[in-house]
Amino acid sequence: MFIKIEPRPEPSRAMKYLSPLLAAALMLVSGLIIFTLLGKNPASAFHAFFIEPVNDLYGIGELFIKASPLMLIGTGLAVGFRASIWNIGAEGQLAIGAILGGYIAIIFNDSSGFFILPLMILAGAVGGILWASIPAFLKTVFNANEILVSLMLNYVAILLLAMLVHGPLRDPNGYGFPQSVLFADSAILPVLLEGTRLHLGVFLSLAGVVVGWVFLLKSFTGYQIQVAGLAQKAATYAGYKYKKLIWIGLLSGGVTAGIAGVLEIAGPIGQLLPSVSPGYGYAAIIVAFVGRLHPGGIFLSSLLMALLYLGGESGQMNLDLPSAVTGIFQGLLLFYLLAADFLINYRIRLNTLQQEAD
Amino acid sequence: MDFDIFIHILVAAIAAGTPFVYAALGELVTEKSGVLNLGVEGMMLVGAISGFIAMTKTGSLLVAVLCGMSAGALMACIFAVLTLTLMANQVASGLALTIFGVGLSAFLGLKYTSIALPGVKELHIPVLSDIPVIGQLLFSHDILIYSSFVLFAAVSWFLYKTKAGLILRGIGEAPKSAHALGYNVIKIRYLAVLFGGAMAGLGGAYLSVAYTPMWVEGMVAGRGWVSLALVVFATWRPARVMAGAYLFGGITIAQFHVQGFGIEIPSQLLSMLPYIATIVVLVLISRDQNTIRLNSPASLGITYHPDNQ
Repeated sequence: MFIKIEPRPEPSRAMKYLSPLLAAALMLVSGLIIFTLLGKNPASAFHAFFIEPVNDLYGIGELFIKASPLMLIGTGLAVGFRASIWNIGAEGQLAIGAILGGYIAIIFNDSSGFFILPLMILAGAVGGILWASIPAFLKTVFNANEILVSLMLNYVAILLLAMLVHGPLRDPNGYGFPQSVLFADSAILPVLLEGTRLHLGVFLSLAGVVVGWVFLLKSFTGYQIQVAGLAQKAATYAGYKYKKLIWIGLLSGGVTAGIAGVLEIAGPIGQLLPSVSPGYGYAAIIVAFVGRLHPGGIFLSSLLMALLYLGGESGQMNLDLPSAVTGIFQGLLLFYLLAADFLINYRIRLNTLQQEAD
Repeated sequence: MDFDIFIHILVAAIAAGTPFVYAALGELVTEKSGVLNLGVEGMMLVGAISGFIAMTKTGSLLVAVLCGMSAGALMACIFAVLTLTLMANQVASGLALTIFGVGLSAFLGLKYTSIALPGVKELHIPVLSDIPVIGQLLFSHDILIYSSFVLFAAVSWFLYKTKAGLILRGIGEAPKSAHALGYNVIKIRYLAVLFGGAMAGLGGAYLSVAYTPMWVEGMVAGRGWVSLALVVFATWRPARVMAGAYLFGGITIAQFHVQGFGIEIPSQLLSMLPYIATIVVLVLISRDQNTIRLNSPASLGITYHPDNQ
């Protein structure tokens, strides 16, 4: 008996959906191994990491709060990724969105009004769009690689946020700490479910995923994006304007990341800090891939990634597990997915001697 | 400006440019074989912490360097299995490698954040280092900087003067034809990817063991990404990689010197310089699409497997 790898006559539809599940399962198994290697009881570590954070209503609320920026940004990035346009700059676009949205909150800190939150979200969207339009402009006009440009701008944006929070946007009565004033109530997203911190922003993110679903799967532009990703030449022959798709692909990530930045500062954080994201912009890349670049899948994978964040915090508190384990799990998850995708086009067969005799 | 200060800045620029030299020359060889590995940042980080741990445990520079290189190569091996054997998308796999490397290095480095190492002594080469200006610029460095000069010579010689180098470049241009001629495309690409990983690991180890002899989470700070940009900027030529590496070394240290001259600028604004410079340089070189098209390996980033044609 031996193992034989052979190409499938057609890509397997079933494996397309099974491979993210397989990847998640492999990641959990790796988790058990890592916990054991760290000298923890694997069963209790597993419980602390993956079960305890979500075993009550409050925990479920926290899961959705963490998943909210991931699903929103993941959906926006998926638009570009489908057309092979690689926006790696969501982390920076999120920071710029937070800066502009936070600026609105700070200048209106003494007044109240229903207009403040919508204005903040609008400002965040503009910020994300502006920041994402830099790689879009440089790609379409100067042919500059959007991966490298958008990535470099992450560092610039995060330094810009730090500079502003250390300087002009710092709370004058904050004893010199690098943070803005606490936002007034009219600049804070209302909590919608008693007993949790589940705020309006989570529902806005869910709405964003639905909009993304309609755009990607029901609109002609969404179809063009798909064609361009599968065969750029075919798209060009069909008369699709590739440059327009580059703009759409990059700005969709920018607008969602910018809004996610505002939802973070107006939600769980409540002020501007030197760092407003624990790497959501990068984690959303994994969310988009594990979700198969489909808004429905992205919704599910964002919950899984959110659980990794919560598990990291819970493991640190209860078991003294380093929270950096989260980053390892995130990376492993994407590795396993990329490896499992091999099975979409290939199958592994166990050949018995009898079959060989045939 | 005082001439001595000028020379001093140039010497510092060479040291600051050395991590770029290692990582970018390694990535150059990988890309010449037709494989685009975006995981340089992650490989450098894991190389940095591995080299640092080895240095604190053994005190031996050689062991530290070997550990950094092995760690980088191991990381590259994950990428190679995914993209070359399992035919996964190179962009996605490279990103995964960087995300994984950021997490893994932070994890490995938890217990090493407050340790300082003595650094690596400069090795003044007798007679040569006494030559004015040139002696200071080229012959008064630590051994890892000398070995980066050797690496440059070796990579240039290998790529353009040896048959193996010709085969590697041929595979990068036309893997199908190379396969038809009987060359093992996958095996050679594996070797090129592993070499790139080892060099990225060495560049990272240089940072943590010699340049700023300590470990700080995320200390590579985008140098891996800048190295990727340098390869494009250099239009895939080793000599231009060197020039670009020292240029960026200069920009990296410029921030400290600007403050030294008493110019009042927020430190964050100065820290942005290398990243903005990378974008500017990318735009300048990419403006002419033909330059990129003529110089980049034709099969760069495209999945190829002989069983899958």
